[in-house]
Amino acid sequence: MSKALLYDATMCIGCKQCEVACAEQNKLPYDDKVAAESVQSEHKYTVVMTKNDKFMRRLCMHCEHPACASACPVGAFHKTKEGPVVYDVWKCIGCRYCMVACAFAQPKYEWHSLNPRVRKCIMCPDRVVAGKQTACAEICPTGATKFGDRDDLIKEAQDRIRQNPSTYLPRIYGLHEVGGTCVLILSSVNVEEYGYPASNKIGDTPMPEYTGRVMEKIPDFIPVWSLVLGGIYWISHRRQEVAAAETAERVEDEGNRSKG
Amino acid sequence: MKIKLTFWRVVFIVIMGMGLYSTFVRYSHGLGAVSNMSDRFPWGLWIGFDCLCGVMLAAGGFCVIGAVYLFNIQRLHSVVRPAVLTAFLGYLLFIVGLLFDLGRPWYIWHQLIYMNPHSVMFEVGMCVMAYTTVLFFEFLPNVLERFNLKAPIRWIKRIYAVLVVLGILLSTLHQSSLGSLYLIMPSELHPFWYTPALPFLFFGSAIAVGLAMTIFESTQSAKAFGRHLELPVLVELGGALLVALWVNALLRFEDYFHRSLLGQIIKPSYEAYFLWLELALAFVIPISMLSFKKVRLSPNGLYLASVISLLGFITNRLNVSLIGFETYVGHHYIPKWTEFSVTLMIIAMGFALFGVAVKHLPIFPQENHVVEQRVRTKPEPLVGTVVLGHAGD
Ligand code: SF4
Ligand code: SF4
Ligand code: SF4
Repeated sequence: MSKALLYDATMCIGCKQCEVACAEQNKLPYDDKVAAESVQSEHKYTVVMTKNDKFMRRLCMHCEHPACASACPVGAFHKTKEGPVVYDVWKCIGCRYCMVACAFAQPKYEWHSLNPRVRKCIMCPDRVVAGKQTACAEICPTGATKFGDRDDLIKEAQDRIRQNPSTYLPRIYGLHEVGGTCVLILSSVNVEEYGYPASNKIGDTPMPEYTGRVMEKIPDFIPVWSLVLGGIYWISHRRQEVAAAETAERVEDEGNRSKG
Repeated sequence: MKIKLTFWRVVFIVIMGMGLYSTFVRYSHGLGAVSNMSDRFPWGLWIGFDCLCGVMLAAGGFCVIGAVYLFNIQRLHSVVRPAVLTAFLGYLLFIVGLLFDLGRPWYIWHQLIYMNPHSVMFEVGMCVMAYTTVLFFEFLPNVLERFNLKAPIRWIKRIYAVLVVLGILLSTLHQSSLGSLYLIMPSELHPFWYTPALPFLFFGSAIAVGLAMTIFESTQSAKAFGRHLELPVLVELGGALLVALWVNALLRFEDYFHRSLLGQIIKPSYEAYFLWLELALAFVIPISMLSFKKVRLSPNGLYLASVISLLGFITNRLNVSLIGFETYVGHHYIPKWTEFSVTLMIIAMGFALFGVAVKHLPIFPQENHVVEQRVRTKPEPLVGTVVLGHAGD
């Protein structure tokens, strides 16, 4: 069963322990300067944002049908059965299609490196496969970031909303968005205010379907179109051959007639 | 050989110099130093112009090959070789552009061993690679003829039908797929340009551009190499261009109509200005011009209408790849001068290589008009023309 993270913004105290743990886990630099940065970047996979004393976390959503993995020409991204969407730097050619394809703008780039990598939260795959929680969930002092089975977390989120309807907006962001994600968000204010894409804009259709609809026609298109083209070629050249043959005949005829 | 310093040759040298400097920055300090691309704008001018427009402008090859060999319209035979040459150079330069834009170009061969058949980019990559090979074989007879190698030419002639069909098939696939690339971004690309019809629109415009480009390059080389202009051929191409523009315009209209956007596109907005520019250049002006018989029969009129429509379709590709993302990103991307200089360098290389090829290979049919070349009357107003004319001296 697929694992997931449930982030409950109402329980978050903005301590940024998840940022610290993530940096440590992924060997990223972390100091006061990085802590003060409020955007994700090649050295900051996750960020805790503050707005009117309320907090919101951002990280890769680990989509059930990830656009990044579908877009990548060399398959450098792939969705593991445990949930994490992971990256294989060896395969990557650096076309950055994953970056433009992701509706959550999660993949970031090492713009100043000479052999740049794409960087994003990979949901601690080593830990998850080993049956452990992600580093950020493990360190979270309040349980705002919780790790577990996706189905269990959805039930729990629904329970929380039911029990505290005045605290929560009645929505779980990530439940249906782009076909569902493995990061689920509960909050008292709309996540869109923190830069998340609006649910109605990204919709519930998995992004790979939009390109898939065209791509799946190609295997049929190739033989049909080749036949059509070949047919046109044959007809147009056949006509020429016939015409040539006819002229030849006529010339012969005339030749015979003049003789006779 | 004494090398004269003409004005345009100096321009050429300056462009190459700046381009080489930018190349140095690109490979010694990385993409971040050489460009204004960022995490917010991961695709910039090099994708928008060098790749999207580059491939589009090289469409003349398959259009003309299709007309002459597929539909057997022999009247157009004289433009086949220059069109194939332009296409071959176009794709080679596209690959050069890619080597600048890819973050890890040294792993470009991974495309051949790690394949993701779901990826549109994979399909584009494979088709472009295969098509460049096809173009190589379509181009090869020029070289073989030059060295009087008869046997290999016969082999190529024997498989020419296959090359023709394969070339058109591959072109159909990747010209349209360049539009499909953007289908995965429905929430990012502005609705003026995001449409499920993107692959059809990209393919349709590639045909119009192929025709316009052939008119452009025939006229241009006629001027540059003092060649006799074959007016009937141009007139025929001009007629086809008018039809292609109408079909494209109709497709665009249908698309906006079905998505109920007609009301929105006439309201002024940042995107609307760029859309108007695009539509005016690609359709309104050239269609109006070509509707006059006088324009359709005059070399200058045809040339002008073609150039304007080319600018229109270039605007279209830039709108799809750059302008259409600005509202979503909330940020204006303006390419750094080093990005421009790499693009300019690649274009300049294209003109120069075209000039060299024309000079040394039998690209244009043998004719007796060479004398006219010597008495070139006025200095030509166009950059390409003159760089072209001197490139091989
Ligand atoms: S959020 Fe973006 S980067 Fe993360 S899995 Fe989804 S598409 Fe990929
Ligand atoms: S940048 Fe790398 S990971 Fe992203 S799509 Fe291109 S090859 Fe794949
Ligand atoms: S899941 Fe792992 S990689 Fe992702 S933000 Fe948490 S600690 Fe970082």
